[in-house]
Amino acid sequence: MSSKTKSADKLLFTSADWDFETLKATYDAIEDIAINQLKLDVYPNQVEVITSEQMLDAYSSIGMPLMYHHWSFGKRFVRDDVMYRKGYQGLAYEIVINSNPCISYVMEENTIVMQALVIAHAAFGHNHFFKNNYLFKQWTDADGILDYLQFAKGYIAKCEDRYGFDAVERILDAAHALMDQGVNRYSRPEKPNLAAELERERERAKYEDETYNDLWRTLPQSDPGDQDMDELKRKMRVEERRAQFGLPEENLLYFLEKNAPSLQAWEREILRIVRNIGQYFYPQKQTKMMNEGCACYVHYAIMNSLYDKGLISEGAMMEFIDYHSRVVFQAEYDDQRYSGFNPYALGFAMMQDIHRICVDPTEEDHKWFPDIAGNNEPVETLKEAWAHYRDESFILQFLSPKVMRDMRMFMINDHSTTPHLEVAAIHDDNGYRKVRRSLARMHDISVREPDMQVVDVDIRGNRQLYIQHTEHEGVRLEKSEAEMTLGYIGQLWGYGVTLQAVDYESGEILHEMNYQPEDLAGN
Amino acid sequence: MLYIVDRRKNPTGKSLGNRQRFMRRAKAQIKRAVENTIRSRGITDISSGDQITIPGKTLKEPGFHHQGRGGNRNYVLPGNKKFVQGDRIARPQGGDGGSGGSQASPDGEGEDEFQFTLTRDEFLDIFFEDLELPDLLKKSLKQTTAFRTARAGFSVEGTPSNLSLVRTMRNSLARRIGLRRPKTAEVRELEEKIAALQAKAEKRPNGKLTKADDETLHTLLADLEEAKRRMKAIPFIDPIDTRYNQFQQIPDPNTQAVMFCLMDVSGSMSEQMKELAKRFFMLLHLFLHRKYEHVEVVFIRHTSRAAEVDEETFFYSRETGGTIVSTALEEMKKVLVDRYPTDQWNIYAAQASDGDNYSNDGAKCTALLAEDLLPKCQYYAYIEITDEREAEIFAAAEGETALWKAYAPIARVNPQFALKRVTKAADIFPVFRELFAKNRAEVGQ
Repeated sequence: MSSKTKSADKLLFTSADWDFETLKATYDAIEDIAINQLKLDVYPNQVEVITSEQMLDAYSSIGMPLMYHHWSFGKRFVRDDVMYRKGYQGLAYEIVINSNPCISYVMEENTIVMQALVIAHAAFGHNHFFKNNYLFKQWTDADGILDYLQFAKGYIAKCEDRYGFDAVERILDAAHALMDQGVNRYSRPEKPNLAAELERERERAKYEDETYNDLWRTLPQSDPGDQDMDELKRKMRVEERRAQFGLPEENLLYFLEKNAPSLQAWEREILRIVRNIGQYFYPQKQTKMMNEGCACYVHYAIMNSLYDKGLISEGAMMEFIDYHSRVVFQAEYDDQRYSGFNPYALGFAMMQDIHRICVDPTEEDHKWFPDIAGNNEPVETLKEAWAHYRDESFILQFLSPKVMRDMRMFMINDHSTTPHLEVAAIHDDNGYRKVRRSLARMHDISVREPDMQVVDVDIRGNRQLYIQHTEHEGVRLEKSEAEMTLGYIGQLWGYGVTLQAVDYESGEILHEMNYQPEDLAGN
Repeated sequence: MLYIVDRRKNPTGKSLGNRQRFMRRAKAQIKRAVENTIRSRGITDISSGDQITIPGKTLKEPGFHHQGRGGNRNYVLPGNKKFVQGDRIARPQGGDGGSGGSQASPDGEGEDEFQFTLTRDEFLDIFFEDLELPDLLKKSLKQTTAFRTARAGFSVEGTPSNLSLVRTMRNSLARRIGLRRPKTAEVRELEEKIAALQAKAEKRPNGKLTKADDETLHTLLADLEEAKRRMKAIPFIDPIDTRYNQFQQIPDPNTQAVMFCLMDVSGSMSEQMKELAKRFFMLLHLFLHRKYEHVEVVFIRHTSRAAEVDEETFFYSRETGGTIVSTALEEMKKVLVDRYPTDQWNIYAAQASDGDNYSNDGAKCTALLAEDLLPKCQYYAYIEITDEREAEIFAAAEGETALWKAYAPIARVNPQFALKRVTKAADIFPVFRELFAKNRAEVGQ
C-alpha cells in the first residue's frame, strides 16, 4: 500500500467529465489489470459512445444494434420512453453484445468513473464470460451474429415490401410467441453462417413447393381396415409416424418450420430467423446470474486495483462504491422493492465467496469445498467455474453455507391444497442442502419454462397436431396466454391443434385445449 | 486492442419504424383513448400531444408460461428474520411481496394497462382520422386585414419629424464638395495667416511689411473675402438636400381571432348533446388555430338568461330554466363591442342548441343576428343537435324547430351564416367540412 501516497499527476482523471483521451487512457489502465493481473481472455473490444436516446433505441430492440422491425419493439420503446422521461426508470449504463469484436455501448452522460466501471464490467467481465463459457462457445457464433442480424433485418424488410406488413406481422407474432419453445436444448445446433444461410434460403425458395408435398405423399398408405386394426399394429403405426416426423420434438418452431403443410417458403425463413435469434439468446438466459456475477467480480477487482495503484482518487473510488453498492443491492422478501433474487447481488456474493474460500477458508469451507478451499488461486478457480457451469449447476456446486447465511435464505413449500405455506428449510445445518437444491432448480431453465413437445400428427384424419405439456407438480400453464399461443400455432400449422396437459408422474391426460381454424370449423 | 467509436452523431430514431408498427397495431385502442382524452380535455389544449393509456390486451405478447400460483412448488427467498424449519405462514393474499415464487412475466411488465405519449402530430392525425377528412386545413379562409406601418424608402418632402438626417447630410456634403464650398477650417486658416502677417507688421519699426509679405497679405485677404462670399452663397443645408423617411400603410392579415361558443344549457340538452357540441367547438378551435396566431375563446351559455362563463362551467354545470336564445346573442353583442373591435379581430361564432326557443323570441333573434352580429362576423355556424330518434321524425315530417325556422331565412341571404343538423359524432366532421367548403367556394368566385 505504499502507493497510497498518490501524486495528482498519476491520476487518470481528476474531473467528472470525460473526453476520448481520458477514456482511452482509462481503458489502457483497465486492460493492463484485466490482461496482466487477472489474465482474462477476451475478444477485441469496441466501445461505442451513444446518447441516451440511442440507448433507448437499442434497448427496445432487445439490445441488438441491428434488428428487424416489429411492433413489439415499438411497444417497448414507447414504454421505456415514458418511464425514462418521467424518471421512474433510469437507463442501463451500458449494453454489451456477444460478438467479435465485443461491442459495448456506453452513454455519453456517464461520468468518467462510470465509464471506467462500465468498461471493466462489460468490456472485460462480460466479454471474458462470452468468450469462455461453454454454453456460449457451443451455441452462439460471436463472429457471425452481426452479419446474421443484418441478413435477417434485410430479409424481413424485403418480405414486408413483397407480402405486406400484415402478412409478415402475422408470422412474426406467432413466431415470437413460440420463441421460448424454439430452441434446441439438448442437441447442438449448427452455427449459422451467412453465406450458407443465403445459399440455403435460395435453395429453399426454389424447391420448397415440390418438397412440401412429398411430406404427405410418403406417408404410410391409408388402410381401410383401420378401425379393426389390433393394438399392436396401431402402436407400430404410431411409432412409424413419430419416426417420420422426428417426434417427439421439443423445438416447436423447428417442427413448424419444417413440417407445417401450408406455409410459404418466406414464412418458413422468418420462423427460422426468429428461431436462430432465440437460440442465440438461450445461453444468456441460462447464465444470467453467473454472467453478471462474473462482470461484477471483475469490475470490483479492477476498480480496487486502479485505486491501489493510485490511478484513481479517493473521490472517484467513493463514487464507484456508490454505484456498485446500488447494483448489487438485494431487497429482502418482505421489502416493497423485492422482485426476486437480484442476479447481480447473488452472482457477486457467490464470486466473492469463492474468492474467499480460495484464499481464506474456514473449517466449514474445507468440509464443503475440499477441492478449492485454500488453493490460493482465486481467479483461476473462478475462471474455471465461469467456463464450465451455468446458473443452475453453478449454484448446486458452489453456493456455500456462508452465502446462504449472509443472505438469510429460506425455502418455502407452497402446496395449493394446504391453506398455508410451510417453511421447508432455512439457513442451518439441516437446511443448507435443501435450500441450495431448491435455489438451483429456480435457476434451471427447464424447470422455469414449461415442458412442451409436439407429440403426434393425425396424418390420416384431419391433420390435427398434438402438443403436450408435461405438468410437473401440478403447475399449470397460464390459461389465457396458452390459448392465444395455441391460436398462433394453429395459424402456422393451418389445421387444428390440441394441447394436452399430461401429468409427469402418472402420464395421464389432465386436461385439453383445442384450436380449430375458422374455415375448418364450419365444415 | 480497442476501438472507440463515437456513435452520437448517428441518426437517432432507429425505433421509428417500430413505433409506427406499434401505432398501426394499437390503432383501435389508441383511437378510443384519444376520444376519451378529447372528452376530458379543454378546447384550447386539444392540439398538444398527450399521454395515452390503452388496455394492454391486444398488445399482449403471449407465450407458454407457468401460472404464478397453484400446484406444489418450492422457492427460496432472501432475508429470513424469524422463521425456523416447519413454521407455517398464512398464504399471502393478492400475490404481492411474500409470494416470491410468482415469476414475473419474462420481461417483467404488467400487461393490464399500457401508457405512452403521443406526439402532437400523431394525436392530430388520429383526431382527424376519426373525423375522416383531414385535408380541409389546406383551404383558405377569408381574412380581414388591418394596416401596419412599414418603411417605404425616402421622399423629398415630409414633416420635419420624419427627416432622415443621414440621407440629408449625405446630400448636403456631396453638394458642398461639388460646389467647392470652403470648409470652416480653411477659412480659419486664412484668418490665422492674415493675423500672423499683421502681427509681423506691428513688430516692425515702420509698421509696414516687406513688399513680398504685403503682397501675400493682399492675396490672403482677397481669398478670405472670396471664401466668405462662397460660404454665404452656398448654404450648408439646402432644401434640395433634405430627405424624409417615408412610411406606408401596408395591409396586414390580422392574425388574431376570437371564437364565440354559444350553447343552450337548459335541461333539454343532454350530456351527449353537449359532447357533440364540444367536438364541434374543438374542431373549429383547432381549425382557427392553424390559421391564426392567436385565438381567444369566449363561452356564452344561456337558458332564459345568458352569461359569459369559463370553459368548465360552460360544459359541465347544469342550469335549469327556459330557453331564450336572444339573450345569448345580446351577450355576444355586448362582449363584441366591449372587447373585440372588428378592425382588430376575426370573429367566428358557433352556436349549438337543440333548437328550442321561447316562442316569441324568434323575431328578436333574427333581428339581432342580421343587423348586429352577422355584419361583424367572419362566419357564424349554427349547429342543431337532435336526438337520433327525433332526427328520423324530422326527416320524415319536415318538422322544424323554433330556432331553425327563425334562422333558415337569414341563411339564404347571408353567405357567412350556415346552419346544420347533427345527430351523432360521425356527423360532426362532414358537417364541419360542408360548412367550410361553402366558405371556400365563395372565396374562389
